[in-house]
Amino acid sequence: MPKDIEAQGGIGASTKRREDIRFLTGNGRYTDDINLRGQAYVHFLRSDMAHGRINGLDTAAADAMPGVIRIFTAKDFEGVGGLPCGWQVTDRHGQPMQEPKHPVLAEGKVRHVGDPIAAVVAETPDAARDAAEAIVFDIDELPAVIDMKAALAEGATKVHDDLSSNLCYDWGFVEENREAVNEAFTKAAHVTRLDLVNNRLVANPMEPRVAVGDYDAWNDQSTLYTTSQNPHVIRLLMGAFVLGIPEHKLRVVAPDVGGGFGSKIFHYAEEAFCTFAARQLKRPVKWTSSRAEAFLSDAHGRDHVTTIELALDADHKFAAIRTETRANMGAYLSTFAPSVPTWLHGVLMAGNYTTPLIYVNVKAVFTNTIPVDAYRGAGRPEATFQLERVIDKAARELGVDPVELRRKNFIKPEQFPYQTPVAVVYDTGNYHATMDKLLEISDHAGFAARAETSKANGKLRGFGIAHYIEACGIAPSNLVGQLGARAGLYESATVRVNATGSISVYTGSHSHGQGHETTFAQVVAEMIGIDAGQVEIHHGDTSNTPMGMGTYGSRSLAVGGSAIVKATNKIIDKAKKIAAHLLEASEADIELKDGKFAVAGTDKSVDWAGVTLAAYVPHNYPLESLEPGLEETAFYDPSNFTYPSGGYGCEVEVDPETGKVEILAFSAADDFGNIVNPMIVDGQVQGGLAQGIGQALLENCTYDENGQLLSASYMDYAMPRADDLPSFRVDHSCVTPCTHNPLGVKGCGEAGAIGSPPAVVNAVIDALQRGGYTHVTHIDMPLTPARVWAAMQK
Amino acid sequence: MTRLSMKVNGRTVSAEAEGRTLLSAFLRQGLGLTGTHVGCDTGQCGACVVHVDGKPVKSCNVLAMDTADAEVTTIEGMANADGSLSVLQQAFQDHHGLQCGFCTPGMVMSAAALLEENPTPSEAEIRHYLEGNICRCTGYHNIVKAVMAASGQDVSQLGVAAE
Amino acid sequence: MYAFDFVKPSSIDDAVKALSAEGAQPIAGGQTLIPTLKARLNAPETLVSLTGIAELKGVCRDGDVLVIGAGTSHAAVARDAAAEFPGLAALALQIGDPAVRNRGTLGGSIANNDPAACYPAAVLATGATVVTDRREIAADDFFQGMFTTALEEGEIVTSVRFPIPEVSAYAKFAQPASRFALTGVFVAKFAEGVRVAVTGASEDGVFRWTEAEEALVRSFAPEALADLRVPDGGMINDLHGTPAYRAHLVGVMTRRAVKAAS
Repeated sequence: MPKDIEAQGGIGASTKRREDIRFLTGNGRYTDDINLRGQAYVHFLRSDMAHGRINGLDTAAADAMPGVIRIFTAKDFEGVGGLPCGWQVTDRHGQPMQEPKHPVLAEGKVRHVGDPIAAVVAETPDAARDAAEAIVFDIDELPAVIDMKAALAEGATKVHDDLSSNLCYDWGFVEENREAVNEAFTKAAHVTRLDLVNNRLVANPMEPRVAVGDYDAWNDQSTLYTTSQNPHVIRLLMGAFVLGIPEHKLRVVAPDVGGGFGSKIFHYAEEAFCTFAARQLKRPVKWTSSRAEAFLSDAHGRDHVTTIELALDADHKFAAIRTETRANMGAYLSTFAPSVPTWLHGVLMAGNYTTPLIYVNVKAVFTNTIPVDAYRGAGRPEATFQLERVIDKAARELGVDPVELRRKNFIKPEQFPYQTPVAVVYDTGNYHATMDKLLEISDHAGFAARAETSKANGKLRGFGIAHYIEACGIAPSNLVGQLGARAGLYESATVRVNATGSISVYTGSHSHGQGHETTFAQVVAEMIGIDAGQVEIHHGDTSNTPMGMGTYGSRSLAVGGSAIVKATNKIIDKAKKIAAHLLEASEADIELKDGKFAVAGTDKSVDWAGVTLAAYVPHNYPLESLEPGLEETAFYDPSNFTYPSGGYGCEVEVDPETGKVEILAFSAADDFGNIVNPMIVDGQVQGGLAQGIGQALLENCTYDENGQLLSASYMDYAMPRADDLPSFRVDHSCVTPCTHNPLGVKGCGEAGAIGSPPAVVNAVIDALQRGGYTHVTHIDMPLTPARVWAAMQK
Repeated sequence: MTRLSMKVNGRTVSAEAEGRTLLSAFLRQGLGLTGTHVGCDTGQCGACVVHVDGKPVKSCNVLAMDTADAEVTTIEGMANADGSLSVLQQAFQDHHGLQCGFCTPGMVMSAAALLEENPTPSEAEIRHYLEGNICRCTGYHNIVKAVMAASGQDVSQLGVAAE
Repeated sequence: MYAFDFVKPSSIDDAVKALSAEGAQPIAGGQTLIPTLKARLNAPETLVSLTGIAELKGVCRDGDVLVIGAGTSHAAVARDAAAEFPGLAALALQIGDPAVRNRGTLGGSIANNDPAACYPAAVLATGATVVTDRREIAADDFFQGMFTTALEEGEIVTSVRFPIPEVSAYAKFAQPASRFALTGVFVAKFAEGVRVAVTGASEDGVFRWTEAEEALVRSFAPEALADLRVPDGGMINDLHGTPAYRAHLVGVMTRRAVKAAS
């Protein structure tokens, strides 16, 4: 009889999310909802200039303001560490990157608008802010270094006086291929070149960051409540590198977190400050970011300027790829910043194609801007955008169908596992299948007729394709260690079976919208054969979860889920031993099916709760050979990345009078391997698409030449709204399961944001070309009405 | 500080407030109703939407004193009397119309106001009405689906129908 | 926000009295003022709320004129002016979003005179009369450049008298982030002539495009504007559009407004 997966809530069921009940009734518990007795509030005085030398700070008047408890400056942080960087990149010449100190409060210089200069702790948020305004500071403004090219020029003002230049590193990959790649270009039948900008973005989770530091002096115990995607990482970085608090004296809690998209991975100054100040003042200290402050203090994303060249042979096979990128690091190195333009970017440059020779050069640059780090996709969107744009441009130059050009160069299904020339080995994939599926769901065949309708209405219609690959399920620890990571990237789980058979799972992953409380329960329920309602998922508190690396890089199910599977398998193994004892049978004969342990070939069985009760009430139990209890912990370290891929299609109409682009349809055909909860996967893709479309059409983080942030609120930073977007066509029926994790899953969180920007831009260029604007071969994102209109003018 | 009272979710309540206290702060800090969220400073994001005298407003853009004695409904007042989810709330769960949950209270309050004004809105009408509520997680697809479903409309063809 | 006292009078007289105090400022719907206060860009000692004054609210017809109380919300105008003056109701429906329209008011909008606000275009294009607690001001005299009006200290707008045009329409091209007008054009055709007012585009705030008015008097059709273009000079240059783009949009939006009105 076919299993009713919906009713059981196991793997493959679109189980409704249990966490929704609290969110829909106003009962979520976000960090700003936490208010501790005796709590004080901090306001950060932030630099309003991009670059300046601090000559002096006078806090006397501010100190005397009503409600002020204490004002902190860099002096108070002597002996305290800087915010550490978690990844050290080695440059083309084998030298380590330049790594400046990132103090909690600015020391000697301010280096970006928003750099915290001083922190006022007071009885109320308003009192803290009032006093911050009364701080008198003497800062000499220095020339701001904003443009990356200018930052690298000889004699440029240095962001960090103690570094030799503004160059963080000059990275070449694969350095040994450099000459071979250059040679391939000299022999190419055709070379397509494209200069492009991957626009700077602000992650903008709807919940601004919050930190509440607490200190229990009697037990010398610090607690930080924070809006984090990875509380254990924060505990390690802040405890070991900044404040010198050992792990057993430091608890980090990330409760309900209102979105992250990368920006809540990193360890921020405000977290360290609140923890530090709470210890100093022996009372809780709270910081709640305003949106204005978020724009000035959350790490930004992307900001690459790239030249990509594609060499093709006479048969239109890709012969080589050469790219040169300047990547903006901002004023300091955020936690994982150096890895984004390198190991999350260069290794993806093969895309879905058999290009044999690839060379990627990246210069990472310090500027007087807010630090830049991972944002949904992190490096992979930048790689995909270049590649899928240059292929489209090549197809147009050669007069061939962009779909056919891609197909001709796709890695074929029989070629897997496929060793790319940029280090990684793709385990599985079927790009022809996802491309076919895309053309089907987007009704590509009907496009020509629809284009005629648009023309009759005075609009220009275009269709754009992109096909992406990403490396996620991050990541094998030994590999990333060689690449410069200063952390392992395993994941952990503790499965605690309770006496009556219910299960509490403690995961090192962190859910901030992904629905782990539902999907992880589905996995455990399926493995044991019990109702998912019997399984509860706990996350986000270092005091009760095993050391875990958190949630980002589409890793939670592939890595965190695998740890849960591993721990659950240990549980099942032990439970079988108990069942064998209870049934007086050999362990080898015990089968677990639908929540029952049975002796193979007999009608003897014991149910799940019978076994779990025996584990905790071990009256009839093999105590001589087996410990009582039923609780197991597992750590899972992946042996490879996972490689989701897919074909994305965008159909647009351009209003030739205004340049406004309307997205009429967007289709996504992804291969995520196996799927646990299709409803949640659809939601992840739809959300990713909105962010990718936002990057392509709306969002742009812009500085003026003095380093003032021009797009510093939602009045100027265009967030995608409901009426900017269409409903989406999302399909994940193409499945090539991952070969190296137990669930065969690949991860789906970032795909939408990776594959969509080039599809949108390709569609707009297609519309303009079809409309007779043949001089328009590229427009830099975001394709705002003003930019599209300007490009159309000769 | 003055004692300010109003009727919130059907109960007359009061708490201390200053002239500058925003309605959102009064609800969150004064009354402990933390379901109403604050996601921006400029009145764009809509996470703070509540109903004042039956109409949706952005509570972070209203002075609490200006709503003295008004009838205010927040997300905490939207479930059925027995505590079960309302039709609209249930539709959000059924159709996965939320992920991180932060924009959700405002989104539900705005959607409820829409359905009050227009019981069977089209997809375009829903998208237009919700322009003042920003969601960063869902891409809006499933929010639109939830609102349509809550109004009793067929949602199976959303995004599929040819233009 | 800095601390301030809050008073909420129930009559115009009381409001004017309260506003005569040092450091007192009026607050209507607050949809622009409150964000400004949050950013600490404004520090009133007393805020005088105008939301409790019944006589400031309502829409009523007086012959060929639609009189709208300054305290009437955008939502109420969208609803209550729809039958008498559909062009104005349609404009009100394009301001902000539903929640903003329930708080924001006509008086607040024109007193602030944001160069990208929608209402000033309708007031100027209809040649409306702005009525205050002490006088009547013609629209042509009221708007005096970005965030500047003819209002004196402590003077409050009580109503606006809109002559009802034969036909009218507002065409708005929204700035992608704020959704204020990147360029918005209100066209109003009366028996005695045509008036065209443009918002969002100029560094001087709302302005009349007299060349277009003259052309439309000759022929009230989009084609009549084919050869007309406002000069780029004086157009706003910002993240969202160059002067050339805005000047171009003035033409496009005017043609669209005429098409929608005819």
